[in-house]
Amino acid sequence: MTGVQSNSHLLLSGNEACAEGAIRAGVRFFAGYPITPSSEIAETMARRLPEVGGKFIQMEDEIGSISAIVGASLAGLKVMDATSGPGLSLKAEGLGLAVMLEVPCVLVNVQRMGPSTGMATLPSQMDVMMSRWGTHGDHPIIVISPCSVRETFELTVKAVNLAERFRSPVILLSDAVVARMREKVVLPGEVEIVNRVRPAVLPEQYRPYAAGPNGVAPMADFGSGYYWYANSSVHDENGYEATSKPEVATRLLQRLHAKIYEHLNELPQGEAFMMDDAEVAVYAYGITARAAKAAVRMARERGLKVGLLRPVTIWPFLSGLVDPYVSGLTALLVPELNMGQLVDKVREVVGGRSKVESLSRYDGQIITPEQILVAVTKIMGR
Amino acid sequence: MAKPAELASTKELIEKYIRRNGVPSIWCPGCGIGTVVGSMLRAIDHLRLRQEDVVIVTGIGCSGLIYNYLRFDGFHGTHGRALAIATGIKAANPRLHVVVPMGDGDCAAIGGNHFIHAARRNIDLTAIVINNQIYGMTGGQSSPTTVQQSRTSTAPRGHLERPFDVCELAKGAGATYIARGVTSNPIQLADLLERAMAHKGFSVVEVLSQCPVQAGRRAGRSEPWEMLQWLKGVTVSAKRGTDDVSLGKFITGELLKEDAPEWTEEYDKLIAIAGGRS
Ligand code: SF4
Repeated sequence: MTGVQSNSHLLLSGNEACAEGAIRAGVRFFAGYPITPSSEIAETMARRLPEVGGKFIQMEDEIGSISAIVGASLAGLKVMDATSGPGLSLKAEGLGLAVMLEVPCVLVNVQRMGPSTGMATLPSQMDVMMSRWGTHGDHPIIVISPCSVRETFELTVKAVNLAERFRSPVILLSDAVVARMREKVVLPGEVEIVNRVRPAVLPEQYRPYAAGPNGVAPMADFGSGYYWYANSSVHDENGYEATSKPEVATRLLQRLHAKIYEHLNELPQGEAFMMDDAEVAVYAYGITARAAKAAVRMARERGLKVGLLRPVTIWPFLSGLVDPYVSGLTALLVPELNMGQLVDKVREVVGGRSKVESLSRYDGQIITPEQILVAVTKIMGR
Repeated sequence: MAKPAELASTKELIEKYIRRNGVPSIWCPGCGIGTVVGSMLRAIDHLRLRQEDVVIVTGIGCSGLIYNYLRFDGFHGTHGRALAIATGIKAANPRLHVVVPMGDGDCAAIGGNHFIHAARRNIDLTAIVINNQIYGMTGGQSSPTTVQQSRTSTAPRGHLERPFDVCELAKGAGATYIARGVTSNPIQLADLLERAMAHKGFSVVEVLSQCPVQAGRRAGRSEPWEMLQWLKGVTVSAKRGTDDVSLGKFITGELLKEDAPEWTEEYDKLIAIAGGRS
């Protein structure tokens, strides 16, 4: 893929669409480390970034690359890094750093089968909980998951925008199939661009961790004369050390959460497909949602009232996608390429109002529409 | 970078660069880190670097708290990652002078990989490795520069392993400016730091520094003056020749300076070839 024109039909992989989305969203620095099956993102960025005046760097390890994007973001650029399972384990440190410093950045995680080196080329959805809780300490995080090449493009743009909006790391949770399959896509001519809010006050009045009306503190670029302290230890609104002040720690953690949790309506909720009269909902995300949609269609052909709930934002869990339908459902089926991760959260949110069943697959293969259809039919007692 | 005719007084340096409500510092009385900070500020001032063009990036540990007292843009964060963070900052804005004070553990243990690769890349950063041969903040554990046989809290019967020579490590990895200073000679140190910051490329200044509390105490040198006298004894200026190396002394002064393509400048050429605008 060379410089991509809009409005033309393109045959792109998810990874290529991700890189192109990042470029369009204004990402001008990418640091990476090779790992299957995400390397094409780094390769595409290495080729594309210099063409738009940006920089690519291949760092010495996974921790180095996420650290480098944090640094470049402090200096004012939109930034991205991409990895896969074992790399996510290593980047946990940098994610926590970005949370605490409130540095906008995007981390793509192309899920592969694990644990450990697992099956490097085969898909999974086993990093759902890792993406939520992978870094230590209580923290909020935004995780969004695409199910197609086209959506990978759109959600990469969205991820960059959300990172800038919330001064937060955002994880784009892809998987080995979505990342590597090629689909025909038409890219939009224009994409929505969000830029971080920069301070409008004089340097003497600047407080890098004092929230503005949108819950987020304006962020000055390093080098612009604001002399601020990006401090990963507990800090006050000026960024200064407050490691022995419990009340400052309380306020900081509450604010870190509130800036996202009080604005959940700004996160992309997802899709409700054929849900109006559904008795059973398949709740599925990423590549599994593709199979689920096909299964819903097959069920409908057989006269079964089945619908699809497809969350796009995985974390924070948006109950708004489920809530309007729960009372009419006898059951939700949650197919996942893991031993049952997001299903627990669905159970918690449904809270006994309807049955919630898990359909697990964890052998590096995808769940097929037929598998889902069989499970749905069984639930419905047909 | 024309030099001012006169050196700024300490008072002037403090007024310009020290954040008043940050002091007094958290460091123990007699710690060497304050001396390093003083020499660093003197170097920055003497080079007439614009204050807004200087970024101080630190890691974790006693040296990681340096930024707490300064008026620049600064970073204090994850242990060992200072050079990787600094790489991102410099790549994003090559106009900035990114100065990276680290401890010996920060730089040569947990951050060792970033150190050798920043050197290999020859990216224009200035690494200041404050080497007190111990982990101070965490309670006096062995570090990669702890000398054999010395006692630490994790080597109660004497340290078994051989230490790194930080300057040799930097040389092997491709740093293009290398110097060693010592806190017992802050004038020389300021000069070396100034040369390092003026150098285009990856520069390393190792500073032998005293930690009287965690290292000195265990070595029977818990008084800061004893530590400084010891440092004077174990170092010898490069200007005096290198015969003393055989006696196990550390050579101080400029150890290496060479020109080589610098990463951000090379990348800008690449952008020009690719047709982008930087
Ligand atoms: S523990 Fe050692 S290095 Fe740390 S502040 Fe005290 S004297 Fe300095």
